[in-house]
Amino acid sequence: MDNALNLFVRSIFSDNMIFAYFLGMCSYLAVSKNVKTSAGLGVAVTFVLIVTLPVNYLLQKYVLGPNALVEGLDLSYLSFILFIAVIAAIVQLVEMIVEKYSPSLYASLGIFLPLIAVNCAIMGGSLFMQQRIGLPATDAKAITGLGDAFFYALGSGIGWFMAIVCLAGIREKMEYNDVPKPLQGLGITFITVGLMALAFMCFSGLSF
Amino acid sequence: MLSQKTKDTLLGPLNANNPVVVQILGICSALAVTVQLKPALVMGIAVTIIVAMSNVIVSLIRNTIPMRVRIIVQLVVVAALVTLVSEVLKAFAYDVAMQLSVYLGLIITNCILMGRLEAFAMTNNAWDSLLDGLGNGLGYAIILVIVAFVRELFGSGQLLGLPIFPESWYAAGYENNGMMLMPAMALILVGCVIWAHRAYNERKQK
Repeated sequence: MDNALNLFVRSIFSDNMIFAYFLGMCSYLAVSKNVKTSAGLGVAVTFVLIVTLPVNYLLQKYVLGPNALVEGLDLSYLSFILFIAVIAAIVQLVEMIVEKYSPSLYASLGIFLPLIAVNCAIMGGSLFMQQRIGLPATDAKAITGLGDAFFYALGSGIGWFMAIVCLAGIREKMEYNDVPKPLQGLGITFITVGLMALAFMCFSGLSF
Repeated sequence: MLSQKTKDTLLGPLNANNPVVVQILGICSALAVTVQLKPALVMGIAVTIIVAMSNVIVSLIRNTIPMRVRIIVQLVVVAALVTLVSEVLKAFAYDVAMQLSVYLGLIITNCILMGRLEAFAMTNNAWDSLLDGLGNGLGYAIILVIVAFVRELFGSGQLLGLPIFPESWYAAGYENNGMMLMPAMALILVGCVIWAHRAYNERKQK
């Protein structure tokens, strides 16, 4: 648990889901055309992350891990199927909640809400968590408890939220720029994200 | 030999309808595994096999899947195939599997898979779906190989781990460009590939 603050800050800046691991790129590029929608998607991704990651942590710790369920049994090879099932179920739940309480957000997110289930950031968060459980407790990246898992998820979500809102802001301004024709749209967006990733690299090595 | 439609299904995704640079699907892994050529090749092959097989399976059972739960059914099919491929890789190419780390598991959430299943396999027969899956997988692999080729050649002066530039070049002051190994360069390179692809195709249309 003492590692929680460190994990939280690192996952926002130096281990940012987008700039360091390219996770969740598809919806990141497709929904970042205006700030309001992208903020909505950012919140939805953060929420799904902080719900699914601790659930998958418990699953990994008490069911799938080596010697967890029965002595001498390692069910890790089932983790892909179980993690994705948990994620798909929770996304379905979030979809129903958003539809009921915020129809305008539901309409603007459109197809991307159910597609959060196949957002790499969510699955990637769970798979990184599975890797980090195995690390020795002294490692700055180790996840040793449920609290760690929660703060790692929260940090990753906030990092993703920040990245998509920043890009949306830049793209809104870029509408008025004179970009070479074949580069317009996605070409220039990729290069923008590349430059943002370079800027974020100055945070690497950050720790508490 | 092959009818025009079959040819389009198989070869369209290689260039004109490329899943990565035109439809912008499956970007995450395309960027992350391209530091070296070898993992990029393995990833390309793995994705091709999984897209083709999941397309066939979903196409065979498409009439029995209830519409409301189709995404979960598709995900389970894909997850089972990915688990198989990752176990095989761990058994026969352990070091590459370790290099790919989580990105191997992330094939499950690769948008190319879900995109093809939704857009093609749910409405077409098994043979067409197989061709479509192969075409899209190869279209993905081509982009991976191009980006990995540039990054490994200029980033570490090697291809598939073999040194390319002679020692005398280094003695004369040539240096590897460490920036190519950074994550940011993958994004910028893909941006440039999109640029070149669009510029080329536009000229061809004229």
